[in-house]
Amino acid sequence: MNRESAVNLLLALLLIGVPLIAAGMGEPFYVTLATRVVVLALAAAGLNLALGLGGLLSFGHVAFFGLGGYVAGILATHAFNAEPLFAGIPGTTFMPLIWLVAVAVAGLVALPIGAISLRTTGVYFIMITLAFAQMIYYFAISWPAYGGEDGLSIYVRNAFPGVNTAKPLPYFLVCLAVLMATLLLFRLVEGSRFGSALQAARQNGTRLAAVGIPPFKIRLAAFTLSAMITGLAGALYADLNRFVGPSMLSWQMSGELIVLIILGGKGRLFGPVAGAMIFVCLEYVLGGITERWQFFLGLILLVIVLFARGGLLGLLSGKARHV
Amino acid sequence: MFTALLIEQLLNGLQLGVMLFLMAAGLTLIFGVMGLINLAHGSLYMVGAFACATIAAATGSFWLGLVASLAAAAGVGALIEVAVIRRLYDRDHLDQVLATFALILILSEGARWLFGSFPLYLDIPRQLQGAVPLPGGGQYQLYRLAIIAVGFLVAIGLYLLISKTRLGMRIRAGESDREMIAALGVDISTLYTVVFALGAALAGLAGALVGALQSVQVGMGEPVLILAFVVIVIGGIGSIKGALVGAVIVGVVDTMGRFLLPSLLALTMPAAQATTIGAALASMLIYVVMALILAFRPSGLFAAET
Repeated sequence: MNRESAVNLLLALLLIGVPLIAAGMGEPFYVTLATRVVVLALAAAGLNLALGLGGLLSFGHVAFFGLGGYVAGILATHAFNAEPLFAGIPGTTFMPLIWLVAVAVAGLVALPIGAISLRTTGVYFIMITLAFAQMIYYFAISWPAYGGEDGLSIYVRNAFPGVNTAKPLPYFLVCLAVLMATLLLFRLVEGSRFGSALQAARQNGTRLAAVGIPPFKIRLAAFTLSAMITGLAGALYADLNRFVGPSMLSWQMSGELIVLIILGGKGRLFGPVAGAMIFVCLEYVLGGITERWQFFLGLILLVIVLFARGGLLGLLSGKARHV
Repeated sequence: MFTALLIEQLLNGLQLGVMLFLMAAGLTLIFGVMGLINLAHGSLYMVGAFACATIAAATGSFWLGLVASLAAAAGVGALIEVAVIRRLYDRDHLDQVLATFALILILSEGARWLFGSFPLYLDIPRQLQGAVPLPGGGQYQLYRLAIIAVGFLVAIGLYLLISKTRLGMRIRAGESDREMIAALGVDISTLYTVVFALGAALAGLAGALVGALQSVQVGMGEPVLILAFVVIVIGGIGSIKGALVGAVIVGVVDTMGRFLLPSLLALTMPAAQATTIGAALASMLIYVVMALILAFRPSGLFAAET
């Protein structure tokens, strides 16, 4: 076992152990906090595929996160009010189905956005992805059917067969299982032919094209897959808070997803997990000390960007093989 | 009556466009010369608005406030250039995005610390209150006309600065070859600070001018920043002319879309439905325009040849 695997194992044990202990001590708040870590890590793991492996600096991934959230909210609301969605299709509170729809919607929206944005590179790509996310944000605000600016409440957390999702610990375990499955998928993608092509596209697109693989297609596939994972995280996040609103589409959230990845370690398997742990801890600890915690978060982030590159995993387990 | 309304909306669009130009010009200049993407540009807009509102409230003079907004934004701009931005020129875009994102957090939360969460209000100066008659009946706010005029004056001023003066020559030289101009004995780091402060001052000016139309509050800068990004993407990064054209396109399309789409849709569907759908579609219109322009010209209308 190399050093990075050991660190990853330690992080996974921490992630599972802390909520189990907290639940045993009758502290459900910490279980919810851990669920927040897991869901944010999942969202960032999606982005990590595009950003870490593919080098695609998407500042608009929050669009997919919010769409996933709205899918969960809208389906649950229709099921709750027993109104058909359209053409007689009913809403649902069945989580696996909601996830499937969230993933499909995120993918279908990501495909055209990616196809347009990936025609450009560098700063253009950053600005365009941000602009498209903002477009969906304004659409959600000005579309009154699903709450507009006020958002949608999910009155009862959606159901997963055989699990009482209303309780913090079972819901945490459901989210954790999804995260672990996704990290496994990330590892498989990274090691696959497709993953090698994607990383080659990051390092040198021209060379990749020269061996007969079109970088555009590879990048588009990665962008879409990454959006689908982030959309799934959005559905879980909406269920965690029992609420979805335009704040799940705001550009700050996009920035925070990137921050998570950088705090943890870009392109590393457990980077998003480590990043989400640090971020939620900072939020909780700093937020407990001062109302102005974002000021200090900004300072910490600035110091990290300027002086400490590589994130927590870079610090703990040394330089990544592929960077 | 419809003509007057149409002219009024066109002028509103132009006013929005001009304000976006003030933001986009600074952004595109900073990107063109230093190769830096600056997310904190919206915060400098906010700094200008707060400085103007504070000084105008203390002295009773909008004009002193305006001077203060220029000075404060340029000062803060120069400060963060020396302290932070300077270290980012050789970094990749990811580091630039993150560091300037951190600056937004710091400046926004800092402003909330100093001024509180309640919005400040800024009065339109006495000399510019009132309205002027429009052809076709109807009136138009004199202050908004003044903003349009200021915007075009700044555009002309920037053109003269960049094409006719020694500083402009250095800026253009810095855009094309920074090693060479440094080798010729130009103090490149001072030049960068000056360009950054100039862009910051333009953003501060926009913030102060708009502050009198809307409320001055934390977070006012970021929506404008993102619109300015759309402007730059349409116009082509690094081009002042592109920023002007893009800004006018975005301003007019956005305003006219909000004005015309609901009435156009009302021809085919019930009025209440037309209003909601029209408003929702209008909010997406500029992004659709951006996507269309990019489909034909991936690097914008007036991309600088680099």
